[in-house]
Amino acid sequence: MEWETVIGLEIHAQLATKSKIFSGASTAYGADPNTQACAIDLGMPGVLPVLNQDAVRMAAMFGLAIGAEVAQRSVFARKNYFYPDLPKGYQISQYELPVAQKGQLHIDLEQGASKLIGITRAHLEEDAGKSLHEDFQGLSGIDLNRAGTPLLEIVSEPDLRSAKEAVAYMKKLHQMVVYLGICDGNMQEGSFRCDANVSVRRQGDPKLGTRAEIKNLNSFRFVERAIEFEIERQIDLIEAGGKVVQETRLYDPDKGETRSMRGKEEANDYRYFPDPDLLPLVIDQDVIAAIRASLPELPDAKKQRFITQYGLSGYDAGVLTTSRALGDYYEATVAALSGEPKLCANWVMGDLSAFLNKDNREITDSPVNPAQLAGLLRRIQDGTISGKIAKDVFEALWAGEGETDAIIEKRGLRQITDASAIESVIEAVIAANPEQLAQYRAGKDKLFGFFVGQAMKASKGKANPQQLNELLEKKLKG
Amino acid sequence: MSLGPAEVGKIAHLARLAIRDQDVPAYAHNLSAILELVARMDAVDTAGVIPMAHPLDMAQRLRVDEVSEANQRERFQAIAPRVEAGLYLVPKVIE
Amino acid sequence: MKPLSETAMHQKTIAQLSAGLTAGEFSSEELTRLFLERIEQYNPSLNAFITVTDDIALEQARAADRRRQQDQAGPLTGVPIAQKDIFCTDGVRTSCGSRMLDRFIAPYNATVVEKLNAAGTVMLGKTNMDEFAMGSSNENSFYGPVRNPWDLDAVPGGSSGGSAAAVAARLTPGATGTDTGGSIRQPAALCGLTGIKPTYGRVSRWGMIAYASSLDQGGPMARTAEDCALLLGAMAGFDPRDSTSVDQPVPDYLARLDQALDGLKIGLPKEYFGEGLDGEVARVVDAAIAEYRKLGANVIEISLPNSQLAIPAYYVIAPAECSSNLARFDGVRYGHRCDNPKDLLDLYTRSRAEGFGPEVTRRILVGAFALSAGYYDAYYLKAQQIRRLISDDFRRAFEQVDVIAGPTSPTVAFNLGEKVDDPITMYLSDIYTIAVNLAGLPGLSLPVGFVGQRPVGLQLIGNYFAEDRLLNVAHRYQQVTDWHARAPAAFA
Repeated sequence: MEWETVIGLEIHAQLATKSKIFSGASTAYGADPNTQACAIDLGMPGVLPVLNQDAVRMAAMFGLAIGAEVAQRSVFARKNYFYPDLPKGYQISQYELPVAQKGQLHIDLEQGASKLIGITRAHLEEDAGKSLHEDFQGLSGIDLNRAGTPLLEIVSEPDLRSAKEAVAYMKKLHQMVVYLGICDGNMQEGSFRCDANVSVRRQGDPKLGTRAEIKNLNSFRFVERAIEFEIERQIDLIEAGGKVVQETRLYDPDKGETRSMRGKEEANDYRYFPDPDLLPLVIDQDVIAAIRASLPELPDAKKQRFITQYGLSGYDAGVLTTSRALGDYYEATVAALSGEPKLCANWVMGDLSAFLNKDNREITDSPVNPAQLAGLLRRIQDGTISGKIAKDVFEALWAGEGETDAIIEKRGLRQITDASAIESVIEAVIAANPEQLAQYRAGKDKLFGFFVGQAMKASKGKANPQQLNELLEKKLKG
Repeated sequence: MSLGPAEVGKIAHLARLAIRDQDVPAYAHNLSAILELVARMDAVDTAGVIPMAHPLDMAQRLRVDEVSEANQRERFQAIAPRVEAGLYLVPKVIE
Repeated sequence: MKPLSETAMHQKTIAQLSAGLTAGEFSSEELTRLFLERIEQYNPSLNAFITVTDDIALEQARAADRRRQQDQAGPLTGVPIAQKDIFCTDGVRTSCGSRMLDRFIAPYNATVVEKLNAAGTVMLGKTNMDEFAMGSSNENSFYGPVRNPWDLDAVPGGSSGGSAAAVAARLTPGATGTDTGGSIRQPAALCGLTGIKPTYGRVSRWGMIAYASSLDQGGPMARTAEDCALLLGAMAGFDPRDSTSVDQPVPDYLARLDQALDGLKIGLPKEYFGEGLDGEVARVVDAAIAEYRKLGANVIEISLPNSQLAIPAYYVIAPAECSSNLARFDGVRYGHRCDNPKDLLDLYTRSRAEGFGPEVTRRILVGAFALSAGYYDAYYLKAQQIRRLISDDFRRAFEQVDVIAGPTSPTVAFNLGEKVDDPITMYLSDIYTIAVNLAGLPGLSLPVGFVGQRPVGLQLIGNYFAEDRLLNVAHRYQQVTDWHARAPAAFA
């Protein structure tokens, strides 16, 4: 029996505002418990919410970026339930009228395939605090610093058919919110987290199976593993004659399995109703137009432009547009060098990325800036140094030993292009290896490489490789 | 609409209110009476009437995104029933 | 400073006290001591105050006197007032009449408190009220019922019953109240006072503990319309901390007080004079209307056809909002917490059950039910539609008339205990006031006579932001009558 998996994701992206969605408390991460929870965040008696305009702007940006309808009028509602990390006994969210509806996102799959994923809605809401379960004499501690942090909840259509697709979608969405500058994307700190609705059905069955919701997945790897586990669990269950129950499940990364969250599962009745403390959110057409005009170039468009403008492969263009900062770096390098887009791409994706990885640095934090990298590449271009020597120069640049030309001079790395100088090196090598010379002349062509190596070594790598080859061939033939 | 003891129990749980067994009948009686009063609304056909959530027809005002609140933890926690290490303490939260 | 007869001083209106302070006839400290003494003497029989703030009052009085000396005084500088215990007062217990907040020392001031402080008023204390402003008799207070100074067997009305009793007994010249369904106007009527519920959004709700957010509005209670004008001028205004606050300048409410009423069109809704209205109350109200005719007003009958739906709609909307507003009282961050909770659920259910009285519990339950799955459309949505119909009734009426007049309450003050076991009958005492909150309009009650020794109030309803008109219409009446100047004999 063939099974089809149906997945929809609900992603919570914390919006990168300075203050909370309804209060003037800071949203900075990692403060001492409850030092960033003001009277409003604590739900003190008599306090009232006032909406943060940047949270609205960011939500609208997102809506426009995914081609959604940004609502001219949306409404905040109260979602009522009791939980210690929810100070007011309700969460301010959007229910019937969200800020954005009906968007879509293009995801790339393996072997160049791609797919359009529908986004049902995106709405603004406030985050809850955190329960800490360290033992306080058998009690839990509540930290409300996170309470009131603005969230954009992004709900996909059940268009995803595998864990891999789910991850591709989530990564694309992550890229998008970071591109837009509306979310820092930091998953470890919980800035971007995911709930996955997973169900299975027999191939061809038009009816959706019963779904389970896996809560709070905060890494791409966990999303993939949790969904894969869940698919298997549901198929096994049904094949054994059981039934999937609609429930909330939690992923245990240590055991690699999902388990039912029984305690919280009693029939939730959230009693949504419009929040009387807040008025309808109205976003005028001219405001929407201004936000649209302020949108940065989005990943798909940038990738396409890189392919046409710089003649890059789809793969290279994809890698270089992973983040806005990387794309910017690349383009600044090309601009500084006035050309050679492929050479630039190779270096940005190659040595630069390797060094960033090694030192665990962000591109924005690279010790070698685009102008410096372009300076180095220019010296390859004009033959001052070889590509191989350039790698050493790059390392020196990275270590802060000065600018390219100074490093070349100081280390005497300038490429030798004087034919007589190269000839004298070759003559010395030939003279030192009479046996190999004899063998070569007897027909052992493979020894050519040996002579190239020896000559290059004797020139300390500085001989122009092409010249060296030509001259060596001539000399060996005698 | 009249409410029986079971329904009162359900609503009380939803509202997180412990109601003593001996008080349930009185609540059931009073709540039913209130719902009966409320049911007078049914006499009017409201089809097509736009619900009115606010007395004034205004739009939400927006706040500039700036941090305006300083840390007042000590002040706020001075009136808290139980705190430790800056945290509000509650019976163990089970997930 | 020349000695003043005590009687004269506590009988003075705010306007008169303001003049006396300006003329240097007495100091704010003298005035404050006098009222604190009266509170000490009379409060035990009335229970109008939950907390008396002697130290703060005297400190504020001395500061006011210094301001007077430095010529930095406004009209209210040094005038003692009382705050309904629903307004958060920094460093002072703010109980909201509930066991839940019996030990709640507010860590900030309500905007109304800030504004009155800035105007230089002196806070004598926090007044008793129905728990979380839910009630029409002040019998729902954790601190016990308040008695009506006109007749100690009678209720003062509610929920601002403490404020009403305190002003009527001359324990304070003015007080703040809040009005969600009549909680300023009904106790003002039952205690023979003038009280105004402003247009929704006129007075900030920041720091005013919410009962039903889309209906709640703060306002002043005093003896005269002129005093209300003075207090409202200080209380009203835009507040960036309240999203529902209206950004519109506050007019000078005193400026139009004396405007003549010639040609004023007063509408009498026929629905407010029918079944349910006490005959004797009707006669007193009719006499007041006759007085307005003499003042030059044209009186015409109008209709508010959906009036009978106001109470049903209110008892869905207000409980729905309150069930959510009061969810924050969970025993975690402030307020009552039960002893030794065995688990989280126990902490919630017991803390809340112990902290809330029966009426609050009832309304929370009704609200939770009305919003619950499967009932939302039939109750909450329906009620909001009815709200629209009621609001439309008023809109049409104000195309015809300038103000609407009628009884504030269908009866005079009832006896303590008379309706306490019958919530429905109790609810019906707000039959004429509730629609005004649903529509968000301003409403005022002024004293227009008595039935026996119990006062009768006339309600005036104005169009949006027509507070100045209401105060003017009430003031002109008070220029030619003296009901507002009558004092209950036991407290004279």
